[in-house]
Amino acid sequence: MTAVDLGVPDVQAIRSDEDVVRVRQLVRTTAVAAKLSLVDQTKLVTAASELARNTLIYGGGGTAEVTSVEDGRRRGVRIVFADDGPGIADLDQAFTDGFTTGGGLGLGLSGARRLVDDFDIWTTVGEGTRITVTKWSR
Amino acid sequence: MERVPILKIGDILLVSIQVDMSDQTAIQLQEDLAERIVATGCHGVIIDITALDIVDSFVGRMLSTIASISKVLDAETVVVGMRPAVAITLVELGLSLNGIRTALNVERGMELVAATRADDWDALDGDDEDAETTATP
Repeated sequence: MTAVDLGVPDVQAIRSDEDVVRVRQLVRTTAVAAKLSLVDQTKLVTAASELARNTLIYGGGGTAEVTSVEDGRRRGVRIVFADDGPGIADLDQAFTDGFTTGGGLGLGLSGARRLVDDFDIWTTVGEGTRITVTKWSR
Repeated sequence: MERVPILKIGDILLVSIQVDMSDQTAIQLQEDLAERIVATGCHGVIIDITALDIVDSFVGRMLSTIASISKVLDAETVVVGMRPAVAITLVELGLSLNGIRTALNVERGMELVAATRADDWDALDGDDEDAETTATP
């Protein structure tokens, strides 16, 4: 079953620290509306927080597009993080636990991938990065 | 930017985080706490995260850093009130919260701070006794 969008996406710009907080709040609201369990809401909001921070710090800012989706059996929430930053040169390295170029813990990408059901990344050096994640209700 | 208040109760500084903190607010809290520990001479810091619905790697790192800073300034840090969903998520995220002591609620956190301080004093007394024994022929 392919995923079908339910309604138009909510778009939140990521330009500052406070925007990362706004992304978390938007994702939480959408996850509650999609009837995700409390643990799944928590995992998705945490993943969104990591990825929004990456968009800000490494991508130099961008957007988060939050959409309620369904695949016929279950509902879910899809988030697309997009930036026009430098891109990621070595994806394998970027997904290694503990690897960081930004002074963080190096858990952002790898940790976020573990917390969601679907994870897709497109990145090109010099053009930017797009990360799409989806969390489904059980 | 919002600022997280720090309350002094006896020998303990109590921080109850009630807002969804921006990264700047978290860094500010780290600095404010270090200053208050030195200014008050308190020996315990309790951070209540009951109201936090997520702890991501940034906040997790802040908690570890606060624990390390407090240790250097002769104070024990205990994090209390972590929600079950937050604990499950933290483990899956891969955060181990190294060096952080936790308790289920503020009351148990205060007991833990008191017990740790008492153990430290016992250990000191123990050292003194050893020293005396060696000194006496």
